[in-house]
Amino acid sequence: MKPQALVATRKGLFPLYDEGGAWRLGAPVFLGDPVTMVLSDMRDATLYAALNLGHFGVKLRRSRDAGASWQEVAAPTYPPQEEAPPGDKTPWKLIQIWSLETGGADEAAGTLWAGTIPGGLFRSEDGGDSWRLVRSLWDRGERAEWFGGGYDHPGIHSILVDPRASASVLVAISCGGVWRTRDRGASWSLAGQGLRAAYMPPERRDDPNIQDPHRVVQCRAAPEVLWTQHHSSIYRSSDGGAQWREVEGQALSRFGFAVAVHPQDPDTAWFAPAAKDECRVPVDARLAVTRTHDGGRSFETLRAGLPQEDCYDLVYRHGLDVDAGGTRLLMGSTTGGLWASRDGGSSWQALARHLPPIACVRFV
Amino acid sequence: MPRVVFSSHITRHVPVPDADVEAATLREALEAVFARHAAARGYVLDEQGHLRKHVVVFIDGARVRGRETLEDPVSGAREIHVLQALTGG
Repeated sequence: MKPQALVATRKGLFPLYDEGGAWRLGAPVFLGDPVTMVLSDMRDATLYAALNLGHFGVKLRRSRDAGASWQEVAAPTYPPQEEAPPGDKTPWKLIQIWSLETGGADEAAGTLWAGTIPGGLFRSEDGGDSWRLVRSLWDRGERAEWFGGGYDHPGIHSILVDPRASASVLVAISCGGVWRTRDRGASWSLAGQGLRAAYMPPERRDDPNIQDPHRVVQCRAAPEVLWTQHHSSIYRSSDGGAQWREVEGQALSRFGFAVAVHPQDPDTAWFAPAAKDECRVPVDARLAVTRTHDGGRSFETLRAGLPQEDCYDLVYRHGLDVDAGGTRLLMGSTTGGLWASRDGGSSWQALARHLPPIACVRFV
Repeated sequence: MPRVVFSSHITRHVPVPDADVEAATLREALEAVFARHAAARGYVLDEQGHLRKHVVVFIDGARVRGRETLEDPVSGAREIHVLQALTGG
């Protein structure tokens, strides 16, 4: 039976089954192994799971039977290391698969994108049997200015394929800003005007190339509308990522990592706030989700069903997801809490309190 | 002729039986194994041909020195152990 969602954790991959209005957590696969990202390719009913084996490197597994069995396929690999500019210590070695997306509906099944640490974007056209580093982005001189955010090296955590035209792709990098291609990766331009890095020296705060957009998501029905939970605040773009505007509304906190946008309503988005950069725990140790219905002019703070005392759960970049209908949400924390909503985030139910640290929750 | 022995932490993921190999250097010894068990390569070496950061190799009880070159001599060795470094949690 095909799961309706997957939960990638530090100690394995857990399937979730939505049965008669109640979620059931299935038995884990890859038990004991860190899973960093998952992907479902609807075009050929294939699941992918990226593992980061602490000792033996990054691996990619593929399932063609809804997760009943998995086979190892090729992980992206960097080409032989070339001479780098002075001061650039970036290893040409795969450290983590941080994002996985399918190509567009107009591309063949098995067309995939992978974003990695230390900052390389890869493309596969055969369902992960082989990968190619996108040199046009990797070879950009601006890459020397990127730096790690939460990891020792920069990484691509968000890949947005335009549902109207799959040659248009946006990637977001911590910390390397927002980059766009219109020609399926042949050439790239740096976007992200308006993002502001409060953590940088004054003369660099507006530099698009050093921004830390923690996560960027795209409205499926209105793909020109993007949201980002940036390191410094929450921003929205209505022109495909070229220009960004900081939201006006008073949110519980503007710090956090995760964001989800309603697939049909570009003005509705959810966030999982933490107190502030220097203190990455829920505000007042009470877990909350914030939601806007008006493009960020105002925010609601949603607490029903979430722990309201002694709670120190942090929701990381890929720890919040919304389904294709915009009503069911899932949220997982780095201390192993897992919650679900069936009413657009208004109320939540705990599905598990003691899972391993959750890297990613995803409807599939 | 040294015998190359892989830890169960590796063989849990990829089957690679112990093997006696003709080799002068560690790289030759590992390549002899990978020639028969290609899937094991990516678990031991990274894409630059270096020992993975958290993999450790002992030649008759002595920790390998050339983690990138893999030029440690093995021609007179008895056993080469490939195992995980004690990292992680």
